[in-house]
Amino acid sequence: MSTVPLVLHARSPARVLPWVVPLVVVLFLLPHAIDPYQTILLAYGLLMGIGALGFNLLLGYTGLLSFGHSAYFGVGAYAVALMFKYLHVQSMELYLAGAILASVVVSAIFGFVCVRYTRIFFGILTLALSQVLWSLAFKFYPITGGTDGLRVPTPTLLGLARDNKGDKILFLASNYYYYVLGFFLACVVIMWIVVNSPFGKALQAIRDNETRAEFIGIHIRRYRFVAFLVSGVFTGIAGALWVPLNGLTTPDILYWPFSGEIVFMTVLGGFRTFTGPIVGAVVFNYLKTSAVGFTVYWQALLGSILVFLVLVLPTGIVGAITQLLPAVRKRFSR
Amino acid sequence: MDTFVIHVFNALLYASVLFLIAGGLSLIYGVMRIVNLAHGNLYAFGAYVTAWAVGQWLAGAPTVVLYLLLPIGAVAAAILGAVLEPTLLRPFYRRAEEYQLLVTFGLLMILEDLMRFFWGPYPLTATTLFEKMGSVKIGDSIYPRYNLLVVLVGGLAAAALWGFIYRTRFGVVLRATSQDMRRAAAMGVNVNRVYIEAFTIGCFMAGLGGAIVVPGQSAVLGMGVDALVLAFVVVVIGGLGSLQGALVGALIVGIVREIGVSTFPEVELAVLYLIAVIVLLVRPAGLFGRAA
Repeated sequence: MSTVPLVLHARSPARVLPWVVPLVVVLFLLPHAIDPYQTILLAYGLLMGIGALGFNLLLGYTGLLSFGHSAYFGVGAYAVALMFKYLHVQSMELYLAGAILASVVVSAIFGFVCVRYTRIFFGILTLALSQVLWSLAFKFYPITGGTDGLRVPTPTLLGLARDNKGDKILFLASNYYYYVLGFFLACVVIMWIVVNSPFGKALQAIRDNETRAEFIGIHIRRYRFVAFLVSGVFTGIAGALWVPLNGLTTPDILYWPFSGEIVFMTVLGGFRTFTGPIVGAVVFNYLKTSAVGFTVYWQALLGSILVFLVLVLPTGIVGAITQLLPAVRKRFSR
Repeated sequence: MDTFVIHVFNALLYASVLFLIAGGLSLIYGVMRIVNLAHGNLYAFGAYVTAWAVGQWLAGAPTVVLYLLLPIGAVAAAILGAVLEPTLLRPFYRRAEEYQLLVTFGLLMILEDLMRFFWGPYPLTATTLFEKMGSVKIGDSIYPRYNLLVVLVGGLAAAALWGFIYRTRFGVVLRATSQDMRRAAAMGVNVNRVYIEAFTIGCFMAGLGGAIVVPGQSAVLGMGVDALVLAFVVVVIGGLGSLQGALVGALIVGIVREIGVSTFPEVELAVLYLIAVIVLLVRPAGLFGRAA
């Protein structure tokens, strides 16, 4: 029990500042150092980080493995696409507002159903529900465009007209990158506050021991429901930010293997840590892009990495580093 | 009347194949408590092996040989299962379910590309078997005879499996292991052997599903992923780990799908998933499942 104050101390904001501040500065300066393609790739990684962060509120903090998070990502993305198609909205802020609203509604309905279950049934139920949305997006051709998907042009940011002389790549690699970065930082801060709040602690108590948590008066189902809601909205925001970058949304992002990818990146980074999902999302994005460019058998490559990861490195990248760090420090201080 | 009969046959056809896939999935879960996300890919593997053997390897052979060659996909899937269980899955039985799902998801990705590697990105067909059988007259309409064979195979597989599990000594051991693995082990049951056998049977069934489906349609990449979600719907309706449940679930899904395809094609799949959700809400363990 003596470790408890130590853990709290390790998570206090002041202690992480020395490595968070340089990291944020690097993220701000990077677009000047790397070419636009790399910047756009990083933007993909950051926005997936938001989604994985939301996903990990359920897996890492509440102990619920959702195999249907493609649903909320897809809801965010399709909300944007449909707003453009039917309401001719151009503003990114309105897109995000619409996407948040849509993902609140969908994750409230799905969450209401799903939080009655835990473990394997929770996983299967989230998967089945996400496939309802996939089949609708897949089959309602006149509305969703079926497998053709829906096109979304680059939006206006903060009400400003697009500059960079209409060069889409430059726009995405500079203005839009900073926009994503801003949302990313905001989401990280919000999630940090959520998991370190009494609410977040209650979720961890539920994860560690459901019965005891109930005994000390935690309303388990209600807490799980709120966690589900927050998780869905974060992933929905990620979906909304993804669409303008990709320019197109197709039912693939609602299909269940995409949920598998979200699980993959979270475990890759390490789901027992706060930063794990972010690191995992950025690394996974680079990994997948280079694997796709490297071989047509990229799925086998990623699959082997996943199997290896689960066998040898179950705590993920961040987990492994935090385990190695004390040993390294010891060696250097000698 | 004719169309009604045809609809019934179509529903049974679909249910037969689904039972073979979902029955294997359910059997494996019932014995080992593991949900194998790569199970659909074993079905696809069976389809590819049969399509390759019938359509390419021995394409010119006499028709009788080709029909005898049909179950080769099932055998291949069974062998693959017998290799995978002890090497890849066994280390995970004691670990959290998250890891089991992840490792089988990784396996899914690997198997998907393995099939791409061996048989290329284009669909493989074995239509000779479908065409050679001709069709039967039902009133004024005609119906392919091969589809009736599929229904027959599905029914026989269900009966054989039932006999195997409830009427043989091995079935007793299997059920004992499923109910209480530790106590069965204490009674002298070689649990590892039961596991490998159960997994092999499950994969054999999935492979058989793929093998009998492939003359009617072609083996394509992604068919395993599609099939798995439907198999999930079946086991969720019937109850994970229950064979009667898989049979009833497959029939429900087959019938609903047949009604759906002819009356409300846009929401046919959504309705299936919604039925699964409703069953889970009303009876969490499924229609025939044991309470967790």
